Amino acid sequence: MNAGKASCRHAFSAALLEAARKDPSIYAVCSDSKGSTALGDFEAALPRQYVEAGIAEQDAVGIAAGLARCDKTAFVCGPASFYSARSLEQVKVDVAYAASDVKVIGISGGVSYGYLGSTHHALHDLAVMRTFPGLEVFLPCDAASTAAITAYLAGSGKPAYMRLGRGPVPEVYAPELKAEFAPGRANLLREGRDCAIVAAGEAVQPALAAAAILAVRGIQARVLDCWSIKPFDVAAIEAAAEETGCIVTVEEHSVHGGLGSAVAEAVAQSRPVPMRIIGFPDEWAPAGSSEELFAYYGLTAERIAAAAEELAARAKGR
Amino acid sequence: MIHAARMGHMGGSLSSVDILVSLYFHSMRCGPANWGDPARDHFIMSKGHSVEGFYAVLARAGFFPESALADYGKFGGMLYGHPTLKVPGVEIPSGSLGHGLAVGVGMALAAKRDGLPSRVFVLMGDGEQAEGSVWEAARAAAHYGLDNLVAIVDANGLQISGPVAKVMNSGPLAAKYASFGWAVREADGHDHAALTAAFDSAPWKPGAPNFLLAHTKKGRGVSFMENDASWHHRTPTDDEYGRALAELGARQGSGAAEAWAAGEGGAR
Ligand SMILES: Cc1ncc(C[n+]2csc(CCOP(=O)(O)OP(=O)(O)O)c2C)c(N)n1
Ligand SMILES: [Mg+2]
Repeated sequence: MNAGKASCRHAFSAALLEAARKDPSIYAVCSDSKGSTALGDFEAALPRQYVEAGIAEQDAVGIAAGLARCDKTAFVCGPASFYSARSLEQVKVDVAYAASDVKVIGISGGVSYGYLGSTHHALHDLAVMRTFPGLEVFLPCDAASTAAITAYLAGSGKPAYMRLGRGPVPEVYAPELKAEFAPGRANLLREGRDCAIVAAGEAVQPALAAAAILAVRGIQARVLDCWSIKPFDVAAIEAAAEETGCIVTVEEHSVHGGLGSAVAEAVAQSRPVPMRIIGFPDEWAPAGSSEELFAYYGLTAERIAAAAEELAARAKGR
Repeated sequence: MIHAARMGHMGGSLSSVDILVSLYFHSMRCGPANWGDPARDHFIMSKGHSVEGFYAVLARAGFFPESALADYGKFGGMLYGHPTLKVPGVEIPSGSLGHGLAVGVGMALAAKRDGLPSRVFVLMGDGEQAEGSVWEAARAAAHYGLDNLVAIVDANGLQISGPVAKVMNSGPLAAKYASFGWAVREADGHDHAALTAAFDSAPWKPGAPNFLLAHTKKGRGVSFMENDASWHHRTPTDDEYGRALAELGARQGSGAAEAWAAGEGGAR
């Protein structure tokens, strides 16, 4: 594990280009964002399948929906911050409500943009996107999972939102794991019965590292990668609650409305267990790089392990 | 429909229905028979609130039985207060203003890239022109030279709270679209002959998208509704309903309705 580092956005653009070479109905739509989405190669190779909308995210999503009406599979790609806010209504109406075969690809989600500040952070995207009926919401954690989910999106025929980080990230899914990515199925990354750590996106890696720390302390933590925020694997969460007795969630997202909320919604209604939601609190993040902000808000292996240890002790003591 | 359901958008339906009739019964190659043909024409009702006239035209065009119109505004029914994909003939849901032109750009672009003869007609309101997203799409249409796109503005001069010129003046629309690189024409939006002549002769300038400023009257055909902003979404009392029907009936007697039904248009 952690062999190499690769960025999700480059894995995405490579996978999209591969799919689009085989299927001429696959289009990419950008909003002066082909650099950040790493789609320059796509445009050069398949100009007929590339559409530039300029700095106009609402227009880009509308155009993608129009393309989809005419039998295209349109990937509209740009910063997650803008696509989940400026053009949110187009995503709601023209993509989700219209059941358009459009994939909204939010690049540099979460706090990827670090020092650029909260205009460029997307810490609300999962919360809003997962309330739109019919819209699938995915959050891969590394290059391999990004490529696999992109291949799925290219043929799914359904609307979806996928958030990707910006920088290179450690490998979670080594090729030899032969991991599968079925929407609605969380991936079990580590077995354990003392507590469960449920994570998604770039929080998966520190969650795994936390489990390693806990193991040294004699605590076996189960680690689930909930990359499929919607559809959501309620069964895996209920099983984790039942079998481990407590759940820590970790996400690069507001503590309101994201993964922690999805887990709480699931367990509170069937198997209530003590929970801890680790994420970004209800405040505008200070200036910082994404690493600095992860550390500041406790999305690190050590702090996740500490939270899990305390929670597991509390759950046992009840 | 509006009288029975006690809800609806009377004024904008009456101002746009002649445009719809001209399109569906004369100019567009778009009906239930060729719905699955990728080379057919497309229509987007961007001013989705004007849904009652739209539903009536779709039913008359054979997309669904006219008896289904009684469903309008009924719980669990097919006909919502804004167009949805549940309704045969509806291309994209609408109701939030300012979305349709961008979707039309995407469709027209797809037709161009696929080498299809499809034309895309988008009907917008004049108040709707205040939405910035309209102008994003207007620019993109010209940038991509979409001469297979026809944008129509139902220029009835009114929006919810009063005259467009007073609430938020988006004019002069013809000059603005022209400056965005569109080929521009104006027509009487109730004159079927003028409308179909404009639609049938598009593209007016190769490589330029087409903008038709259709001068209309909000509430057209019912004297006490015409040019009165309050009829944007007022529902008629029984008495008003009777008087409106009498006025419209008188016009039907002139042969206009029969001409519509016969699919000719331009009878007045
Ligand atoms: C984005 C959005 N904002 C507000 C409304 C509420 N609304 C419905 S109709 C209307 C007035 C529209 O005026 P206009 O475009 O001139 O339409 P028409 O006069 O043809 O009815 C408004 C503000 C809406 N449907 N969508
Ligand atoms: Mg108006």
